Parts: sequence; structure tokens; C-alpha cells
Amino acid sequence: MEDKDTIKNITEQEYKFGFVSNIDTEYFPRGINEEIIKEISKKKEEPEFMLDFRLKAFNKWKTMKMPQWANLKIPDIDYQNIIYYAAPKNKPTSLNDIDPEILRTFEKLGIPLDEQKQLLGVAVDAVLDSVSVKTTFKETLANLGIIFCSISEAIKSYPDLVKKYLGSVVPISDNFFAALNSAVFSDGSFVYIPKGVRCPIELSTYFRINAYNTGQFERTLIIADENSYVSYLEGCTAPMRDENQLHAAVVELIALPGAEIKYSTVQNWYPGDKNGNGGIFNFVTKRGICYENAKISWTQVETGSAITWKYPSCILRGDNSVGEFYSIAVTKNYQQADTGTKMIHIGKNTRSRIVSKGISAGYSNNTYRGLVKIMKGAENARNYTQCDSLLIGDKCGAHTFPYIEIENPTAIAEHEATTSKINEDQLFYCNQRGIKTEDAIALIISGYVKEVINKLPMEFAIEAQKLLQITLDSSIG
Amino acid sequence: MLTIKNLKVKVEGKEILKGINLEVKKGETHAIMGPNGSGKSTLAAVLAGRNYMEITEGEVYFNNENLLMLKPEERAQKGLFLGFQYPIEIPGVTMINFLKTSLNEIRKAQNLEPLNAVDFLKFIKEKKELVPFGFELTGRHVNEGFSGGEKKKNEVFQMLVLNPTLAILDEIDSGLDIDALKVVANAINNFKNDENAVILITHYQRLLNYVIPDFVHIFYDGKIIKSGDKTLAFELEEKGYDWIKESVSS
Repeated sequence: MEDKDTIKNITEQEYKFGFVSNIDTEYFPRGINEEIIKEISKKKEEPEFMLDFRLKAFNKWKTMKMPQWANLKIPDIDYQNIIYYAAPKNKPTSLNDIDPEILRTFEKLGIPLDEQKQLLGVAVDAVLDSVSVKTTFKETLANLGIIFCSISEAIKSYPDLVKKYLGSVVPISDNFFAALNSAVFSDGSFVYIPKGVRCPIELSTYFRINAYNTGQFERTLIIADENSYVSYLEGCTAPMRDENQLHAAVVELIALPGAEIKYSTVQNWYPGDKNGNGGIFNFVTKRGICYENAKISWTQVETGSAITWKYPSCILRGDNSVGEFYSIAVTKNYQQADTGTKMIHIGKNTRSRIVSKGISAGYSNNTYRGLVKIMKGAENARNYTQCDSLLIGDKCGAHTFPYIEIENPTAIAEHEATTSKINEDQLFYCNQRGIKTEDAIALIISGYVKEVINKLPMEFAIEAQKLLQITLDSSIG
Repeated sequence: MLTIKNLKVKVEGKEILKGINLEVKKGETHAIMGPNGSGKSTLAAVLAGRNYMEITEGEVYFNNENLLMLKPEERAQKGLFLGFQYPIEIPGVTMINFLKTSLNEIRKAQNLEPLNAVDFLKFIKEKKELVPFGFELTGRHVNEGFSGGEKKKNEVFQMLVLNPTLAILDEIDSGLDIDALKVVANAINNFKNDENAVILITHYQRLLNYVIPDFVHIFYDGKIIKSGDKTLAFELEEKGYDWIKESVSS
């Protein structure tokens, strides 16, 4: 009951503050039904096909139940008590309204004050610098024929591409949360890289400020045309505060023949307080499809959210295609994470590589769940899975559920798993060499996660390393 | 340099050290010998700052500072080094990263500039020659997969790099073959000078053939029951610990 109240309280905050924006002070009534969905679609001036898509998804969703198979304790969520369209969100009026814990983290990460305010959604005057930076890069991208815009804009300006690919990798009926997202998604990003083009910048690093508040039902669609390349960054190392407790995003990647997509995530949503109250429930469906000779690489650093349910996956449909998944998932206090990947080998000579590093501290629970499926026609498919867990303290849990299904005798799947623990003896050994406990933990953690951190774009890697250190600083007595 | 006055320590309610008095001056080498369970390793641990024990009485001064008030890392930064009887494995952390962090933390505490990677490698090169390993040590993870002898060699190697003022070596000679023993002894002799001090904790006289102590103390039942010069070690080797036990009870 208490958890239910928490959700209620959080959704009710929208009333408490009211809207401060003078552009749009409108919000929808609570709950979800066909009328609401029609209104969302109308509000966003969407073409007919989009409304059909949403309604189909909604009708499917009504018949579905929330999945219970994950190793998570999920409190009941009242879907009729959520506001499905409310933009802009209420904004705290000053930094005084923010949890001091979050502000300290900002300080440690060295984020400038103006940027802090933007990240937290505190109302500020437009920062002209970042606006001009944004414009400059938009021009560079446009000259190469790269489309990078909001999904709402893409639905209107590039309906053919959206119609062809939206829901093609994650069908509306895929799962409960994907169906819900398909019905009500508010906004998100759209990327199209033309044939043979190598995107010259890490998409979205320069836009991270503006990425704030894309909503609780985010939708991302990335299409890399033949022989193109793109590296996309999602999220931010700074703690992200949001008054919506439920997040259900969908990300679809399409790597056409010879294309390569690198998708990196740092997820640091509010994890709740030390006693496990509050925090974001993050239910994400991420999946990509690889055509011949294409490659998709998922890299994630998950430190936030009270509950994380997330399995970025690759469908290796084309021959010689490659899927990769590199993950660091950190849980502390009462956080719960059930995360991993699915590698579906369909084409011949397909290869996949999974490196998962879980770190659990406090009373948290950290689960790796992965599926490697090698279909009948996947001659000579190869998979390598390495799945490591690191425990800090003795009240936390690490669990591993690897599923391997092989239908082709020429396939080879390797699985390695380790569990280790940072113990008093290791810390004392470091102490005795002049290294204080905090730094000793950082040293041990950074050695442990190195392989995954190295997969991140450089700037992001440094920040992510720092984030891990800060996240775990207070985890040992 | 180190003054221990009437130190009494309990572990899990049981008194292990029952009033230790010891004075170590610059330039000296002390050997502490005694049977298993006599409290030798507890003394090493309490000096380094392990927290599982209860200090019920006594004082310890290290360079005129109250040692017992300092955190373990502060003791290390002020020049106290413990060579572990059982060195700890730290998977994932390379020796070079570990030692560089360690050295730079100690330098920082002494208001010295940290060494960058290039200078650090230069700095440790000559120390590496003093303690030969059969493999490239710096790329390996801390003590992971090391044999017993390699771990002990790694302890004295770290001692040479960190150059403490007081090195307490807890059974640095146990489990070593004769070649490794010579390497370790050679490293200790290289380390010793007029400005620092060494405390060797050992069961056997063997090491003391190579590293000549100025003083030998015999531990028994939580106390130092006999002190003398190096000849005491020979006497003990010859007559065995029973001789000590008898002389105590008589």
C-alpha cells in the first residue's frame, strides 16, 4: 500500500506546483482510454497511420498483463492514475527545492551551475552557448543528409520512414510495456543515416541538456542505411530527477546491410532514498536488427532507478552480422535490477559477444538475465558470454540466469561466470599501502569494469568512471 | 622511532598481548621470534591498524606521534609498512596501477608531487632488478595467481618502492625456498640504512643468517620474555622453544 501511495504522491505533485511555463499549461486528465489516445495523437497533429498504430497497441495492451517472471519485487501500479500527456512538466523554481544529496553529486561530477539547473529542470533563461552549439551541429549533419530530430517531428516530416520502421523491431504486441509505450509515447529521438555516410559526431553528447524531460514514455528509432555508421549516446552521468515514477521506453535500431550502430547509455535516474522509498521504475525495451554484415553494439552503465528491467537485444538476421552487449549494472541500498540481453542468431556466421559486470552493494539485488538463441539456419554461429558479479558487503544479492538455446550443431556458445566480493582484507591491504578506503574501492571497481568502460566513447568513459566511484563511495562502512 | 609501552590487546575477549614494551631506534633491525600463537602477528596487525582487536592498555609512539590515533592509511603515509604474512589478492587491479596509486598517495601526504606514468616506470625499474620475478610483474593483477614465494617477493618489492621509515615484515621467510629467501634477504639488506628500521617477525633463525639483527626478542604467551643480540637466535634454534617454556615456568 505504501508503494502505491508513493506513486500516487508523485503523480499528484503535478497538481501541487502547477505549471510555470507560459507556453502550454494544458494537461490531460488521469487514466488511459481510447479518447485519451485520440487526443494525444490529435494534439501532436499526427497522420492517420500513427493513430492506428497507437490504437492497435492500446487494444493489445488491454489484453496483456504485467510480466512477473523477472527477479524483481514490483509494487502494484495503477495505470489509471497516471497522466499520459502533460507537457511541459512542473519545474522546481530553485535549487533549494532539490534533494541536497543530488546537488552534492553534481558538485563531485563538476557540472556547472547553469547546466545543473537545466538537468534538474529548474527554470532558467536559455543558455545561448548551448543553443548555438546545437545549431552548428544541426547544419553539419544536414549537409551529410543525416536526419536527427524528435520522433514527433519525424512522424510529420518523414512519415514514410517512420511508417516503414516503427514497430518493425519491437512489435506493438511484444510485451506489456512496449505495448503501453506504443499507445501513449510522448516523444523521443529519430535518427536516419544515409547510405555510406559515417556520422562525424557522437549523436546527442552535445544535446544532453536538451535531452531532459523527453517524458516517461520515450520512443527512439534509429535507422542506419547500408554501409553507414553512427554512435548514439543516451542519458547523462548527472543524476536525473523526474516526478514520473514509471518509465517505459522503447528503442528500435535498424542496421541495414554493412551498417554499424553503437548505442551507449548511462542511466542515472533517481534511485530512491537510502531506505528504498521513491525512485524511478524503469521498464525498457531495446532491440536492434542486423542485416548482412551489419553490427550493433549496446553499451550500458546502469546506476540509477529503484527498479531496472532492461534487456537490449540483437536480432542477427543477416549473414555475418555481429551483435555486442557490454553492461555495467550497479545497485545499492534497496535498488533492484534485472538486466541482460538477448542475442538471436538467424543468419550464417553470425557472432555475438556479451560482457556483463554486475556490482551490488547494500541491500540491493542485481540479476543478469540473458538469452542466446541460435536458430536452425545459423551455420557456424558463435557466442561468447562473460558474466561477472561483484558483491560489496553481505546483505546484497547477485543472480545469473543464462539461457542458451541451440538448434544448429555447428554453433559454438561459450559461457563464463564469476562472482567475487570486495572484502575487508583487500581494503586493509590497500589502506596499509596508504590508499584510503574510498579510493581503494574506486581502484578495485575500475579494474573490474575496465573492459566495459573502454567500449564507451572517451569523454563519456571518464564521466562514467567517476560516476561509479561516486555511486559506491558510501557503500562500504 | 617506535616506542611501545605496556601494550595490552584483546581479540574476541581473549587477551593476546599482555604488556609489550619495545623500543626501536633508527638504523636498527629487530627480530621477533616465538612459537605459534604467542602474539607476534597480533603485534604486527595492531601496529598497522587492523580494527578487529581491542586495545585495553598501553601506548605506541611512532616518530613521537600517537600511532594508535591514526587510521591505517595515515600510518602508511607516515612511513609504516607491513609486509603481510598472507598477502591479499586483488583481482582486476594491476600491480602498476596499485603501486602507482599507493606511492602517489604516500607522496601526496608528504607534500611531494605525484609521479606520472613515465617517471613512475623509470623509478621502479631499478627496484625491479633487485627483486627478480620470472614474469613481468607490473602487468599482473595484485598477487593474483602468485605462488607463495612470489607473493613474499612482491611484499619486499613494494617495500623497496614505497621506501618506508619502519618496515614490519611478518613471517616474510615462511614458505620460501633457498633462492627466494636469498632474494628477499638481499632486498631487505638493500633497504636498510641509518635512517630507517626493520622489525622481522619469524619462527626460524634461517633468515637471520642473511639479515643480521641488532636485537632478538623472544615472544611467549603475549609477552617478550627474553631479549638479546643475534646469538639469542642461535641459542633458540639449538635448544628449541621448549627451553623457553621451561625457563618461564621455572
